[in-house]
Parts: sequence; C-alpha cells; structure tokens
Amino acid sequence: MLEIKDLHAQIEGKEILKGINLTVKPGEVHAIMGPNGSGKSTLASVLAGNPAFTVTGGSVTFYGKDLLAMPPEDRSHEGLFLSFQYPVEIPGVSMVNFMRAAINEKRKYYGQEPLSASDFLKLMREKRSIVELDNKLASRSVNEGFSGGEKKRNEIFQMAMLEPRLSILDETDSGLDIDALRTVAGGVNKLKTDNNATIVITHYQRLLDYIKPDFVHVLYKGRIVKTDGPQLALVLEEKGYDWIKQEFDGLNG
Amino acid sequence: MSSIQQYIDIYKQLGKRIDNASSPVFNALRPAALAALDGRQMPTKGDENYEVSDLEALYAPDYGINIDRLTATADISEPFRCDVPNLSTSLYYVFNDTYQGNPQAQLPNGVIVASMNDSACNEIVSRYYGTIAPISDPQVALNSLLAQDGLLVYIPAGVVVERPIQLVNLLRANSPLMTNRRVLVVAEAGAQVKILVCDHTQSHDTDFLNTQVVEVFVGEGATLDYYDLEEASEKTHRVSSMWVRQAASSNVLINGITLMNGITRNNYHIDIDGQHAETTLLGMAIASNTQHIDNHTYIGHNVGYCHSNELFKYVLDDDAVGAFTGKILVAPDSPRTEAYQSNRNICASNRAKMYTKPQLEIYTDDVKCGHGATVGQLDQDAMFYMQTRGISCQEARTLLMQAFMSDIIDGVRLEALRDRLRHLVEKRFAGTLAQCRNCTASQSCHTKIKKK
Repeated sequence: MLEIKDLHAQIEGKEILKGINLTVKPGEVHAIMGPNGSGKSTLASVLAGNPAFTVTGGSVTFYGKDLLAMPPEDRSHEGLFLSFQYPVEIPGVSMVNFMRAAINEKRKYYGQEPLSASDFLKLMREKRSIVELDNKLASRSVNEGFSGGEKKRNEIFQMAMLEPRLSILDETDSGLDIDALRTVAGGVNKLKTDNNATIVITHYQRLLDYIKPDFVHVLYKGRIVKTDGPQLALVLEEKGYDWIKQEFDGLNG
Repeated sequence: MSSIQQYIDIYKQLGKRIDNASSPVFNALRPAALAALDGRQMPTKGDENYEVSDLEALYAPDYGINIDRLTATADISEPFRCDVPNLSTSLYYVFNDTYQGNPQAQLPNGVIVASMNDSACNEIVSRYYGTIAPISDPQVALNSLLAQDGLLVYIPAGVVVERPIQLVNLLRANSPLMTNRRVLVVAEAGAQVKILVCDHTQSHDTDFLNTQVVEVFVGEGATLDYYDLEEASEKTHRVSSMWVRQAASSNVLINGITLMNGITRNNYHIDIDGQHAETTLLGMAIASNTQHIDNHTYIGHNVGYCHSNELFKYVLDDDAVGAFTGKILVAPDSPRTEAYQSNRNICASNRAKMYTKPQLEIYTDDVKCGHGATVGQLDQDAMFYMQTRGISCQEARTLLMQAFMSDIIDGVRLEALRDRLRHLVEKRFAGTLAQCRNCTASQSCHTKIKKK
C-alpha cells in the first residue's frame, strides 16, 4: 500500500531525511525506532503533509497514487492517519463539531451524503467505547485541558472514527502510564485488520509488548540503517543504540 | 472646501422643507448645529482618534437626502421576520430613515416605542433629545442638522419588558442616499429592556452613507441590553455614535457586531455617573475584501465602586482594515473601580491591517484596571491538525475563526439571538453570506424575499 523511495526532506534548509526506503503492505505492523533526532517524527510529519517540511527528493506512493502531491486532507481521505506525539489543543472548537466536519468531508470526498445527526452521535458513542473515552471529554473543546493520557486516547478515538488504511502512531506511548498505555494499545489492536497497516514510531520497546510488530526498522541520521524482525527491538532495549551508531558511522567514515 | 459645506448649503436652501417634516424638538436644535458646523470639517487621518478613518472623504460624495420624506410602499415586513427565527420580538422598522409603526405590537403599560416625530412623545423627546450627544462633535452636529425622524424607546420606572424590542433598519434606493437617523432610549429607574437593532441594505449596488446618533439614558437600578448588528452591504458606509449615561446600580450590556459593511466608524461613549453600576461592552468585527471597521470606545468611570468589562474581537481577511481605540478614564475620587479591556485580533491574510490603541487614564489609586491587545494569525498547528483529519483548509479556517468569536457570541443574553449569530458568523466565514441575500441558501426561510 505504501512505497517510500529515496525520500529526502528538510526543514529551514536543514536536511533531516536523507534517503528513506520503506514498503508497507496491508496487514503489516512496522515499528520505527531510533535515537533522538534521527528523523522519526519528521518522517511521520512528511507523510501526513506538514507544510513546515520540504520534500527535496524521492517519491511516496500510497495505493499507487502520488501521496506527496496531495494536500493533507486528501491524504486523510485516502486512508492515511497520523496520531500526533503532541496532539494540538483547539479552544472553542468542540470535539463533536470537529469530528462531524472530519467525517462529513470524507463522505463528501467519496460522493456520499453527510451523516444524519443521530447516526453521527451513534457512531461517536460506539467508537468512544473502544478507548473508553469519557463522554464529558467528547463534549469539550478539542484536546483543551485534556491530560496526556486523555489526549492519546482521543487520538485513537479519532482513528477509530476515520477507519484509516494506514495509521502512523508517533510516540503514542510518550507520557502514558502503564494503564493508559494498555488502553491505548488495546484500542489500536481492536482496530487492526488484515486490510490495514500500522507504523509505530517509538523510542522504547515497551509499547511493542502490546502492539506486536512484524518488522522493526532503525532510523539513524535520516536513513533506515537496520531492518529485522521483532527480536531487534529486544536487542535495542538491551544494548541501546550505540552499537548501531558505531556500525553505521564506521561504515560511513 | 470642507465636505460639510454641501450639507450646510442644502439646509440653507431647503431647511424649511426639512423642518416641515420633522418634530419641533429636532428643529429647535438646528440653529446650534448650524453654528457648530460653521467653518468646520469632518475629522481626517491627521486628527487624533481618526488616524485610520478619513471621515472627510466619507462625507464628501454627493449623496441624495430624502428631504420630503417620500414614503415607501413596499411590503417590508416579510423579508426580515425570519432572520432571527425563534426570537419573539416586538418588531419595528425604519425604512431608510423613516420610522414605520407596528400597531400589532403589544407593549406593557406605559412603554412607548414610537417615532420621535409623534406629537404625543414631544414631552419626553424634548426632555432628553440632544442632551448627551454634544453638538460640538461634528458628526453629531451634522446628524442634528439633517435628521428628520428617529425611534423613541421609553420604559417607565420599574417596568420590565420581557419581549425584546427589535428595530430593523432597511436601506433601499436606486441612487446614492444619505440617511440620518436618531435613536433615543430612556430606561427609567428599575426598568429592564433588551433592544436589538439590525442594519440591512437591500440595494447592494447603491452607495449609502448611514449616520446615526443614539442617546441612551439608563436610570438607577435599570438593566439594558443593546445589540447593534450591522449586516449591510459593501457599499453601505456607516458613521454611528452612541452616547450612554448610566445611573447608580444600573447594568448595561452593549454588543456591537459588524458582519457586512463598507466603511464603518462606530463611536461608543459611556459615562458611568452613579456608584455600583456595571458595564459590559462587547464588539465583534468581521471584514474581508477592502472592508473597513473602526470602533472607538470610551468608558468614563466618573464615580467609584463600578465595574466595566470590555472585549472587542476582529477577524480581518484579504485587504480589510480594522481599528480599535479603547479609552478608559477613571476620574479622581473613584475608588474601587474595576475596569478591564481586551482587544484580540486575527489577520487571516498577510495584507489585512489591524490598528489597536488601548488607553487607560487613571486618576484614583484604589482601582483594579487591566488591558491587553493582541494581533495574530490563525494557529498553523491547529490548521494542520485538522487537515490531517480530513478537514479542508477552508473549513478548518472557518472553524478556527468561529471558535475565536465564540466568547463574544456567548456574551449575548438572548438564547435565540445567540444561536442565530452562531449561524450568521459561520455563514460569513464560509463566504455564503452574500448568497444568502439572494435567498438561495435557505429555501424554507427566505423564499418570500422578492428578487429585484
């Protein structure tokens, strides 16, 4: 579904991604790990279409379409979802209006009528239960005054509402205690099917105890320098990133 | 030559006809108005408090004046009844600047809503007319020279008017027109009233200059809500000055809303003359294209123990220009005054311009006062976040701008008006307000408007 070829990207003239290659197929879970500053979050932002980053080379196709040519909203309609590391607070915009706009714009994209108010509220109720999101939060402004855990749960709730084909979870485990982590990971697993895929970006192996990856990639200095099975995450947990840095820096002088 | 001269010439030539159509109370003020205007001009950008708005240029074109009070025969009652659905009001119209009665309106005993020309109102009108708005102000003087009609709202002491009083000002003409109207509101001690004034323009291709002078007397312990909604056209220019005098323990809420206009200058001048009074002054300004909105406010804390709260918010798009001046004066010996002022603005395009000037003058020690002003852009992080959820750039902008205005709308103390404003603001930001006037947007509501 997703094919990234030799992707280069920069922000304010500084090159962060220096030739990423990655292929994701339906049903797969990929974990992307790596030390701080290696480009993990940049990759997520570039795929979602954050205008702060400039793509300077390479290509990304999503179900055969040129992903990089689409505005962020069309990437969403095509089935890409990014769970933010730092979900944005939007005072004055209620969760209900926010989600209704999101759902109905997607329906419009596919030539469908807007959802009726009662069907929409039913859908909200149903999806809310997946991540045990409190009804009170759903009636507040988007993320405003939410705790760290509530924000992450809200991300997965939105993911459940939008039913993406590819979800990118950017550091979804950061700032979560163990119970919240279990709830959030449980939500992700409930949404997993043979037809969708997940890219889990994480610093620690901890989240991968709950969301089992098929592949683990190590991102370092803007490139994927190592790819292996789930056991790679355990090795990283035990030995840290230094051995990979040495291996890579040694190769590249 | 000053722009004023043409109006002085008109009055000198045709003054008899103007006087014949007006109340003697109006006519009695004209010599003073004429004297005040002698040798004067309207403020220009060189004058203090008019740095952004050149009124001299605004008054300069040769507008027509409806001197002989030719009355309209059009049925004007249908098109706007639906504009605030679910809001039951006692509804009155001013067509151009001529008052139209509403014999069906049922008002509590003693309450008067009438033309200021109605001879039965002479006594009240003469007691208050021109007593707050100073004739030395050239806008007030010119309005006083030419005004021929206006609306009187009189609430006797202790009377509570449950049903809001709504005044709809309609402008319609085929050639450029200047209208000069007056509003006089007298709420005696303990009275309570809510007034909603809506400005609409039906001839979108005609140039209008719409001037008004509003004088408001709020008696001891009286409560007054005054909503002033401008939803006119891009060729309608407005010069409004509102003068309010508050007695002790009174409670006043004024909410000035500009949704659609050409060039607008609103002066709000509030004097708090009695202790323990409360004042809330809110304003919302939405401008796009080359629209221009300039609000100038003055709140005078002339005695102690009073609270005022002021909040104005602007969203400016395209090449729009906004200006806000907020002066708060705390006079000597006005202890325990609390006065807060805030002006928040969004420039949604990089060509829009906002000028803001907060001014606090405090001559008493024991007070709590604060002010703040910000000019910013739409939150880019929030924009991107919404877009990743599939919300288009345009829709995301609309949601953010509407969210920005939510506290002004929440300040409206009439639920139906609040709902309606939310809807109007959403439509304005979505760019469909212009379509609405041609009644394509809402079949159920607007089908009775006759297209011209």
